[in-house]
Amino acid sequence: MATKASRTAARLMISPAVILLFAWMIVPLVLTLYFSFLRYNLLTPSGNPFVGFENYYWFLTDPSFTAAAVNTLLLVGGVLLITVIGGILFALLLDRPMFGQGIIRIMVIAPFFVMPTVSALVWKNMFMNPVNGIFGRIATGLGFEPIDFFGNMPLGAITIIVAWQWLPFATLILLTALQSLDQEQLEASEMDGANWLNRFWYIMLPHLARAITVVILIQTIFLLSVFAEILVTTNGGPGTASTTLTYLVYVASLLQYDVGMGSAGGVVAVVLANIVAIFLMRMIGKNLDA
Amino acid sequence: MARAVSTRTKVLNTAIAGTLGFLMFFPILWIIILSFKTEEDAIRAPLEVLFQSGWTIENFLTVQARSDYFKHFSNSVIISLGSTLLGLIIAIPAAWAMAFVPAKRTKDVLMWMLSTKMMPPVGVLVPIYLIFRDTGLLDSLIGLTVVLMLINLPIIIWMLYTYFREIPGEILEAARMDGATLKKEILYVLAPMALPGIASTILLNIILAWNEAFWTLNLTAANAAPLTAFIASYSSPEGLFFAKLSAASLMAIAPILIMGWFSQKQLVRGLTFGAVK
Repeated sequence: MATKASRTAARLMISPAVILLFAWMIVPLVLTLYFSFLRYNLLTPSGNPFVGFENYYWFLTDPSFTAAAVNTLLLVGGVLLITVIGGILFALLLDRPMFGQGIIRIMVIAPFFVMPTVSALVWKNMFMNPVNGIFGRIATGLGFEPIDFFGNMPLGAITIIVAWQWLPFATLILLTALQSLDQEQLEASEMDGANWLNRFWYIMLPHLARAITVVILIQTIFLLSVFAEILVTTNGGPGTASTTLTYLVYVASLLQYDVGMGSAGGVVAVVLANIVAIFLMRMIGKNLDA
Repeated sequence: MARAVSTRTKVLNTAIAGTLGFLMFFPILWIIILSFKTEEDAIRAPLEVLFQSGWTIENFLTVQARSDYFKHFSNSVIISLGSTLLGLIIAIPAAWAMAFVPAKRTKDVLMWMLSTKMMPPVGVLVPIYLIFRDTGLLDSLIGLTVVLMLINLPIIIWMLYTYFREIPGEILEAARMDGATLKKEILYVLAPMALPGIASTILLNIILAWNEAFWTLNLTAANAAPLTAFIASYSSPEGLFFAKLSAASLMAIAPILIMGWFSQKQLVRGLTFGAVK
């Protein structure tokens, strides 16, 4: 039984973490909210007057916002689609008996540990470059016209790179979940005459449902913030072809020095991310009670 | 009960999985190969690169000589180790208290900490940037270390919490009944059981801090730039020098690749906040 003294001690032990996180997130967030109502540009000193929702109005009606919102959806959706389906297939495959399973698993997981700037630049130059890149070489060698990935489909190219980085994560989590599946259940169903597809659909997939949801939610949170991959490959271009919401806020704040506009965009991004976060938190919270 | 599997099935599985694994790993393998080639060889056709070219370590020397690679490398080491240690000092007591002296609101506190991790960084980019600019923390190792510690703090606390919670409280009671003092209890009973958890937390956090590429890119310039930012400087036109790009990349990812291989299991627990174990 915890005594009163130990309760006080516990509170003291927790408070540094709470205070620091509060200072790190809540304080700047309130500042962002405050800035978002000001006309505040670092290049044109204007006394930073209060302008109400003007920044939001301009941010949300700017055609580049619509473009960025669509691009964000396409990027997040595309990567999720590739990683979840690919991850399920990889996990099912890696769960089967084979030789050298450890080494194969390491090879599949390795991309997750490559820093974003490295994977983006290596893919862009050494693989997707239409002249000297490997894909270009292969296409030319087979007599096809090489694809100019970053010229014709910049967002698609970034989607491929990001998916390569996150496929290992999905695989690893789904594999972990798959390995906790009760083998006897599978064997029983097999004896009852269920074929592989039935076993997958009625036993494995429902068992994986929770892990799949976790993968989708966590990846969405991280994918909404994809930044380095865009910065080092396309700078959001050509035009706004590969600008996402995160990148748009970066452009407004740190390239155009428009603090008010950047802050308004930041608030919009937070609201959108929170919608996802609420679902994720609910799932994790349920797990705490168990 | 394990089922008997025919060797043929096993060979077939190995072939399919091996091919896919090789394809996933290939970009990394290609980085390794090209980093030991001359620039002229590196842009030749893949088969020529493999079978008709020699090996050299020239690139590593050039990268170091031209852009002081080791400065950025040591920046990365300082930032990732520093932020992890700093985080542990703050997180261990907090996680300990929440795991062993749970209060009514412990769950709320944990969930709130988690929620700070859900916040997209652009939501606080502007104020943090301005505060850093006004306090002279821009492009400083201290500022970056603190920022990385803070963004990973929720993960550290959560990981430690899930590990500590698995230590049965009865063992502590038994030790106390046997007359162990608090010091002995911590030293001989708790620490040995908590160490594996703490070790994997350290590992995962070094990896996360090393690869962090939002704040490191936005808050540094020449001085405090870690490897993420250093590699970003290859975006153009240096990226077209495949061999040097590969050499710089290989040195940047090698330490973490090796650490990552040891932390696969912890990765799942750490990044799903215990939702999948």
